[in-house]
Amino acid sequence: MRIPCPLCGPRDRREFYYYGSDDYLNRPGEDAPPEAWDDHLHLRDNPAGLTRDLWYHEQGCAAWIELHRNTVTHEILSARLVAERAGAAGANGASTGTSRKKAAAPAKGTKA
Amino acid sequence: MRYSGFKVFTEGLFGNKGWQPAWREPQPKSEYDVVIIGGGGHGLATAYYLAKNHGITNVAVLEKGYLGGGNVGRNTTIVRANYFLPGNSEFYSHSLKLWEKLEAELNYNVMHSQRGQIVLFHSDGQRDAAVRRGNSIANQGDDAELLSRDQLKRMVPYLDYEQTRFPIYGGLIQRRAGTARHDAVAWGYARGADARGVDLIQNCEVTGIDIENGHVRGVQTTRGPIRAKKVAMVAAGRSGQVAAMAGMRLPIESHVLQAFVTEGLKPVIDSVISFGMGHFYISQSDKGGLVFGGDLDFYASYASRGNLPMLEHVMEAGMTLMPMIGKAKILRGWGGIMDMTPDGSPIIDKTHIEGLYIDAGWNYGGFKATPASGWCMAHLMATDQPHEVARRFRLDRFRTGHLLDEEGTGSQHNLH
Repeated sequence: MRIPCPLCGPRDRREFYYYGSDDYLNRPGEDAPPEAWDDHLHLRDNPAGLTRDLWYHEQGCAAWIELHRNTVTHEILSARLVAERAGAAGANGASTGTSRKKAAAPAKGTKA
Repeated sequence: MRYSGFKVFTEGLFGNKGWQPAWREPQPKSEYDVVIIGGGGHGLATAYYLAKNHGITNVAVLEKGYLGGGNVGRNTTIVRANYFLPGNSEFYSHSLKLWEKLEAELNYNVMHSQRGQIVLFHSDGQRDAAVRRGNSIANQGDDAELLSRDQLKRMVPYLDYEQTRFPIYGGLIQRRAGTARHDAVAWGYARGADARGVDLIQNCEVTGIDIENGHVRGVQTTRGPIRAKKVAMVAAGRSGQVAAMAGMRLPIESHVLQAFVTEGLKPVIDSVISFGMGHFYISQSDKGGLVFGGDLDFYASYASRGNLPMLEHVMEAGMTLMPMIGKAKILRGWGGIMDMTPDGSPIIDKTHIEGLYIDAGWNYGGFKATPASGWCMAHLMATDQPHEVARRFRLDRFRTGHLLDEEGTGSQHNLH
């Protein structure tokens, strides 16, 4: 699988560290209840199909990247820097569960 | 029909015309006391023990494909009970004891072979950890024995003891550990459950779970609706999709784990060898193929096949450990979908929906757990109380902080 790094171009999957679902970006606020932390750290939609997850270009530009990809076919639809997400840097409040659903980014097909 | 050596002999004399199908192919009834979603090892074992231990026989096992077509037919067949943490330790101990009686219990040859499993260590610190783990296993009542480098060399002379990166200091062996014929375990439980009246319904995919006022009422399937008083979700890597039908999000992320088998060779590896530092383990099947694997591909996947980087890594680790296998030809590789939890331990619990139960989150340790998983899930469903050895496998333990993180790697699904 080759991952289209927005800064470096298509690179081998081995250059990237995988962190997991983009749920990790929705960090609860300091006063959030335990349920919000459970939601953030543990519970997952775990879709068979399209997902958004986080990759760190460890052996490249050291950017955190959000991939929009398919967990069944390994097709990658798009990639963007986490830093360019709306409300980036974990500044938003408690995860609501619905905020995870975001509009699809412009797709440039990259076959796994 | 009871299987025996005598039966094999007499059937051989008369053209093998007397064999019968091992289970029926019933049409689904409109209602059951218990419906089990998932006809893999754990689902079939649950059905078997519901019937055998609790007399609950009005049970259907619904399988979207064929029985045993999922992870129970895609694993590397290792059976062991070398866990450390209270909660895991007694559960796998119970499972190993069930394995030791399984063939007599099921009247089915599951080819359980207690050939021993050796976990290697490569430093003084790892030796100390192995001693501690061994003592913990012994305290649980199971066997563990520390092997010095010299003892290990006599048993498995073909390892590369002098490799510069991970020189081998010794190993921890559990002699009661070993392997079993994975498909036969599913078939044996299926046959035993069927004989006790359980309906095994294949090609029947569950498409919805009916819930009214917080109570489960039944399921919708591709073969029509089926009412049920109790429903069990036993869907391994697909647990996320099944639970979503009940409106639940699970502490599970599904990952692909690869395994490989070589052409058949003469007997050479007579135990299971785990090389943790290289993410590699190997055994030899009774057909002669070397069966080995490594770690996850590390990213969420339902592809049932892996990618090349992990294949390359596994081959490198194998060559590091035992260069003698370098000329063996790989016959095939495959992937299974692992239901990874944030602490690496499973879930056997009720849900917040009355009558809906879950058995999931087996990570890559589900095969050896099959008997105890079925035993404990059946106990939970029959009595509504957790079984003594599975009482810590709570669904809510992540929220309450009672994690069972055997490897101590933290709350990231792919690190276990």
